Amino acid sequence: MPIKTEPFYLNLGPQHPSTHGVFRLRVELDGEVIVNVEPIIGYLHRGIEKLAETRTYTQVIPLTDRLDYVASMTNNLAYCLSVEKLAGIKVPERAEYLRVIFSELMRLANHFLAIGAFLNDCGALATPLIYMWREREKIVDLCEMTCGQRLLFNYMRVGGVSQDVPEEFMPALKKFVAEMPKFIGEYEQLIKQNEIFLARTKGVGILPKETAINIGASGPVLRGSGVNWDIRKKDPYSIYERFDFEVPTGEVGDCYDRFWVRLREMRQSVRILEQAIVQIPAKGPIRADVPQFFRPPAGEAYGHIEAPKGNLGFYVVSDGSIAPYRVHIFPPSLINVTALADMAIGWKVADLIIVFGSIDVVLGEIDR
Amino acid sequence: MTLLDQFQKMLMTAGLPDWAAYLVPALVGIILIIAVSLTLVIIFIWWERRLLGRFQLRLGPNRCGPEGILQPVATGLKLLLKEDIVPAKADKILHFLAPIVVFVPVLMIFAVVPVSEGAILANLNIGIVYVIAISSISTIGIFMAAWGSSNKFALISGMRTVAQMVSYELPVVLSIVGVGLVTGSFSMLSIVQAQSIPFILLMPLGGVIFFLGCLAEMNRSPFDLLEADSEIVAGYHTEYSGMKFAMFFMGEYGVALAYSAVIATLFLGGWSGPLLPPVIWFLIKVVLVFSFTVWMRATLPRLRVDQLMSFAWKGLLPMAVINLVIIAIEVLVVPASMLWLMVILNFAFAAVLVLLWSRLFTLGGGRVEV
Amino acid sequence: MKFERYGIGIAKGMALTLKHLFRPPLTVQYPDEKLVVSKRIRGNELVWFPDRCTGCGTCTKACLQGNIILVTHRGEPNKFIVDKFELDSGRCIFCGLCVESCPYDALAMGLEYECAKYRRGETILDKDKLKLTDQHQPSAYYRPQFAAGLPKQSLLIYDKKDGGQKLNLFPLSKRKRGPGA
Ligand code: SF4
Ligand code: SF4
Repeated sequence: MPIKTEPFYLNLGPQHPSTHGVFRLRVELDGEVIVNVEPIIGYLHRGIEKLAETRTYTQVIPLTDRLDYVASMTNNLAYCLSVEKLAGIKVPERAEYLRVIFSELMRLANHFLAIGAFLNDCGALATPLIYMWREREKIVDLCEMTCGQRLLFNYMRVGGVSQDVPEEFMPALKKFVAEMPKFIGEYEQLIKQNEIFLARTKGVGILPKETAINIGASGPVLRGSGVNWDIRKKDPYSIYERFDFEVPTGEVGDCYDRFWVRLREMRQSVRILEQAIVQIPAKGPIRADVPQFFRPPAGEAYGHIEAPKGNLGFYVVSDGSIAPYRVHIFPPSLINVTALADMAIGWKVADLIIVFGSIDVVLGEIDR
Repeated sequence: MTLLDQFQKMLMTAGLPDWAAYLVPALVGIILIIAVSLTLVIIFIWWERRLLGRFQLRLGPNRCGPEGILQPVATGLKLLLKEDIVPAKADKILHFLAPIVVFVPVLMIFAVVPVSEGAILANLNIGIVYVIAISSISTIGIFMAAWGSSNKFALISGMRTVAQMVSYELPVVLSIVGVGLVTGSFSMLSIVQAQSIPFILLMPLGGVIFFLGCLAEMNRSPFDLLEADSEIVAGYHTEYSGMKFAMFFMGEYGVALAYSAVIATLFLGGWSGPLLPPVIWFLIKVVLVFSFTVWMRATLPRLRVDQLMSFAWKGLLPMAVINLVIIAIEVLVVPASMLWLMVILNFAFAAVLVLLWSRLFTLGGGRVEV
Repeated sequence: MKFERYGIGIAKGMALTLKHLFRPPLTVQYPDEKLVVSKRIRGNELVWFPDRCTGCGTCTKACLQGNIILVTHRGEPNKFIVDKFELDSGRCIFCGLCVESCPYDALAMGLEYECAKYRRGETILDKDKLKLTDQHQPSAYYRPQFAAGLPKQSLLIYDKKDGGQKLNLFPLSKRKRGPGA
């Protein structure tokens, strides 16, 4: 006999241990079963798109750092690529390699945090998070060595990168790349076969292929559903066509697949890094001759890259003046989080948390 | 004859009236138990935080006192000074009473734990049944807290607690019956005395089931659903602050300590051991069991609530029943001098059962159509 | 899901955590032990060289916060005298764009990073506070000429001999990391 009970509304967030920022979910519950989920966003809105209109093209770069602050160099890169497209600037060879190296390091850094936080959401009391954090720390150390800060790097510039890496950088990077597969293997050992983890994630929060495509999801969320879509392969930017790597995909699109795609993607990133270290020219200019206050010709351009979280696009309109007329940001997290309701309805509260964790969002990017 | 009985007899021969000779040893014992157990709880809080820190590549508390051992005291003092916040819509009486109802039974468990030969406050002939009965009271306290604080997270936690406690009590009790069958008594003292071979070897499956059940009873990972901080914030004590929270905290670690002691007594041979004095052996065993739970807490993710239930009802309970039947038959058939045969048999049975269950058993339901 | 592996996965995970018990801690006891920061750190108090500054004002235009206040008057032929050079480190986001844009290398990021103040007004750095002193040193961010004398950054990835982590199990609380530790 079905028991009819009154629905029960629960506010998850904006202050909640596992909403990854100030995110609010209005959840309608029947006992512990989720009947409806309504994401409420906007708690971290800073108006970055509007602020960008009153900054010069170079001054927008520090603002883009504040979008996806877990992997901020990728935002720099996406923005710079769009502006370069707009102004037709050619980037020097060494700078291209540095850009690839840092965006792959950022992908590693992001996935470490994503997996760590996801496992934390599964209830593995901070242990995987801290182990992952150690690896992330090594990457952040390298970035600090290069550009002086640990979170908001502000490293890429229109036409290259801001400055060359110091000479200690390359040996340290080589050591890092050599050690990394061992650590990734360790994390697989820690959690991949864990029965409790499998019970919690296998088959939970399935996002079917068609839904994923219709929603416009991208990144590991889309690839976890079994769609082989990676902008690095499908619309190569920078110099990605020179590298040999695979695009891992999942099978069913459950939380486990998204986790597993991320883990394998990290191995591919290490592979790209290995090749980049060998191929990078030892010397050379790292920045095209772009003046500090340059005026691109009037026009518009859209550049997108495969950010760690998915398809990150920047649409820049110029009216020929010193500042962009309009900068629009197409953030992957915002699009991916719209899939949450599809995945979570019918599951329990505990599942909602891990489904949300498996999407891997950053609120700086959702609210902009 | 326990130490307290001897003390009582001594007082009587010294010429005290009967009531005094009865009252004085009891009071002394109670005060001793409270003092010792609370001190141990504080040390165990420090130990858990330190060990967990090391598992997680941290250092853990290391500022107050030598190696940070006074940190729990500092935490307690801080909590004492905190403002006591009661939510406006709370049920004031329940909200006030709940920490006490959770905390007091925990102390009462220690009354029947034998620390060494004769060092036991009350040598009840149903000692272990008393432990199970008393510790169930805490469940009511937790539900009072959950209901009384009029918070939805707390309410979810309260509902989970009741379901979890009721389910896990069954396998726990059934595996204890196995111990009772072999020993022929439920008294903690005689259980320890009967363990010429530690019972974990004699009935491995029973021991494991009891351990898992105890983990659920003391709300430790992977069964810490009622305060799953990534899901329901802090569970039933979301709305508690100050000293009331401290009592929940102490109660929680008190239960952990008490159950570690019970496991050590029931399955690891209690105080018995060569060379070292019995108290030291007992403490070593308790610390080992407790450290094992910390280790599990540092590694394992948490089960979902329906998986937790099916693990109890479909996994542990049938296994516990089969285990009980096997042990009952063995007690009848195997002569007392051939206990080693029982060890071999039980290990074989345990392996077969675990194998069988890992093939047959599925965890939990999936998506519910809404 | 079934317990197909009889709990071997759990056992493997637990073996890994046990292994980590004997690895060096990740955390640093901050005020007692300090890591060496990057040579290029974008520290909190910028350094300004009055003798090199021409008062051109490029830095004020480059700052996206509009944070640098520069007042000049005309001095000898073709030269500006800087009357006021003020920078509010409370509003600064330490992006380094001003340093990057200065054509005369007259501005550099600072090395210090422990610059908490009690009052809001104290965060404003005027000409005197921006000057180079023994405590107030420039970092090598965009100024490679300052890199030579600075200590090597302590990286987590380095081995023990290069100043990486050490496992010092007892006493646990007295652990040091980094060169010179
Ligand atoms: S560091 Fe950035 S914000 Fe600070 S003064 Fe220089 S340009 Fe302005
Ligand atoms: S850009 Fe350099 S030289 Fe020009 S005013 Fe600023 S600090 Fe002085």
